[in-house]
Amino acid sequence: MRREAPQRLSDYGPLAFPAIMLTVFFVIPFGTMIAVSFFQRQQGGFYTPAFVFSNYERFLSLFFAHVLGFSLMLAVLVAVCCVAIGVPFTYLMTKMSRRAQIVWMVALLSVLSLSEVIIGFAWSTLLSRTAGITNLMVTLGLMDTAVALSPGFPAVLTAMVYQALPYTILVLYPALVRLDPTLTEAARTLGASPLKAFFTVVVPALRTTILATLIMVFIFALGSYLLPQILGRPQHWTLSVLITDQAIYQSNMPFAAAMAVFLVLVTLGMVALTLFAGRKREETT
Amino acid sequence: MRKILNSSISRRAVLGGAVATIGALSMPSILRAQDRSIKVGVYGGYFKDSFDKNIFPDFTAASGIAVESVAEPTGEAWLVQLEQAAKAGVAPADVSMMSQVAMLKGQSTDLWAPIDTSKIKNYDGLLEQFVNEYPDGRVAGIGAVAWYITLVTNTDSYPEAPDSWAALWDPANADKLGLLALVSNSFLLEVTAKTFMGGTNALDTEEGINKAFEKLAEVKPNVRLWYRDEAQFEQALKSGEIPMGQYYHDVTGLAAADGHPVRSTFPKEGGIQDSGCWALSRASDKVEEAHVFIDYMSQPEIQATLSRKVGTAPTLKRDLLDLTPEEFASVSSDIEPIIPRYDLYQTKSDWLNQKWTELIVG
Repeated sequence: MRREAPQRLSDYGPLAFPAIMLTVFFVIPFGTMIAVSFFQRQQGGFYTPAFVFSNYERFLSLFFAHVLGFSLMLAVLVAVCCVAIGVPFTYLMTKMSRRAQIVWMVALLSVLSLSEVIIGFAWSTLLSRTAGITNLMVTLGLMDTAVALSPGFPAVLTAMVYQALPYTILVLYPALVRLDPTLTEAARTLGASPLKAFFTVVVPALRTTILATLIMVFIFALGSYLLPQILGRPQHWTLSVLITDQAIYQSNMPFAAAMAVFLVLVTLGMVALTLFAGRKREETT
Repeated sequence: MRKILNSSISRRAVLGGAVATIGALSMPSILRAQDRSIKVGVYGGYFKDSFDKNIFPDFTAASGIAVESVAEPTGEAWLVQLEQAAKAGVAPADVSMMSQVAMLKGQSTDLWAPIDTSKIKNYDGLLEQFVNEYPDGRVAGIGAVAWYITLVTNTDSYPEAPDSWAALWDPANADKLGLLALVSNSFLLEVTAKTFMGGTNALDTEEGINKAFEKLAEVKPNVRLWYRDEAQFEQALKSGEIPMGQYYHDVTGLAAADGHPVRSTFPKEGGIQDSGCWALSRASDKVEEAHVFIDYMSQPEIQATLSRKVGTAPTLKRDLLDLTPEEFASVSSDIEPIIPRYDLYQTKSDWLNQKWTELIVG
């Protein structure tokens, strides 16, 4: 079947519904947010419509630069961990029998049904001193005394990777299933070990998919604000946590909006940079 | 019936009206109750459930005024909604339970209708911190309920109860504390000032506040958890994972009664007393009913019922109440409380918030 480009206005008809949805639920709220970010904050009251830059000025400080830097670093790390675990895992999964694949998929999808709150509390119990996994280690004679593994950076990272991994695998799965098995067979015939074949054939063939997955997990992780609160110390709070504080507890909507706009811009910038770098490399190879 | 149909918008209210009318046919006295009604906003969840069960039915029986309770969110979201509705001339609730900071913010736009104190019979019996006044002396709100934030400990980890807030600073308690995460709900500046600087008046000047922040920075190494979510700390306190901290006196008492190894102590500097006010929206036309309601809620018997059933501290002077010493001790204390400097969270909120965040995050 050959696809033709739309000729008449009515050919664009099917696009109307998603376009309306996108406008109502994304463009308008985002526009409102940008507008509010320029409003004047009334301390001890609300805010008044205005066009001031003070909310952005307040954000441009070393303190918030640190918080933003940490949030980006955390999101990148979560994305890298997820892909590093997800690609080999999904690859091995596609080699299994259809039945085993279904079982794995159902298990992964069931993780998606857990809310962030449940994940956070479950991990904080697992990593606690009084009821956590270190008690198991003590019973097995691997450790002398039970210790608390939360709050801390490893706890935040672990829980966020746990939360994002099912998404990662769901995105990777279709591409890996469709991967031509003759590619690896050819590599094996030419004498490559399975490991070498994976890294020299499978991974390069999936470059675009891996890049897209990295970006998706990065954006997903950047919005997380509950897990850093439950499992981290204050220095592990992301910018999203501080945005929530301003919006809900300080009723400082203009400042919260300014921070959110800034976060979106930085995110878009980083995504653009990644895509640009990916395309560059594709051209050179 | 026609009046109900015309005035109400929601289907639920119409159905409610229909049920009430059927009831009214057999019991004329309830018809009067339906003629007069009032919408009361209370914090959703535990408070609203307790009020719906223990307080509102008796009020309707005593006054003939039907109560429609509205669940309001905590924080300041409700204030924003009331304010915007008042601009449009409507009141989502006639009387609302409001936090002290929200009261002050509402004052800045004249949101609260002044209360005629001559209609509140027990006005003179109220503790002075429970009368919220405009700068010109008009009364904006009357204390509804009060609660304490105290020093709590796990009894397994601490066989002896600490007797002073200074325990938070004790190096022996490194990495053992759970404290509230926000400057405007932990009130730790006031605690610092009362414990080490002679009283909350030390926070009058910026130098004083800076000094309190410096002193407070010494607590940081002892803090394991800065919590926003109460359940998070309560769980850790019960299990002994985080054996000391600040928490609500009423809930800790309930947990101890359930057999958990926890206790709440009023330190010698006093517990932190926070409270909610009844305030009337200026857009409400139920001024008469609102006064009847506030008057009813300020009676000694009702305040005693609240203490027994909801676990809140009374807003009236103690000698007016028939609470036994045990009942009083379970909700309050004779030690002079630390009363938060609500004015600071209005006039200096952004500065305080910024300094606080930098203190605990940095």
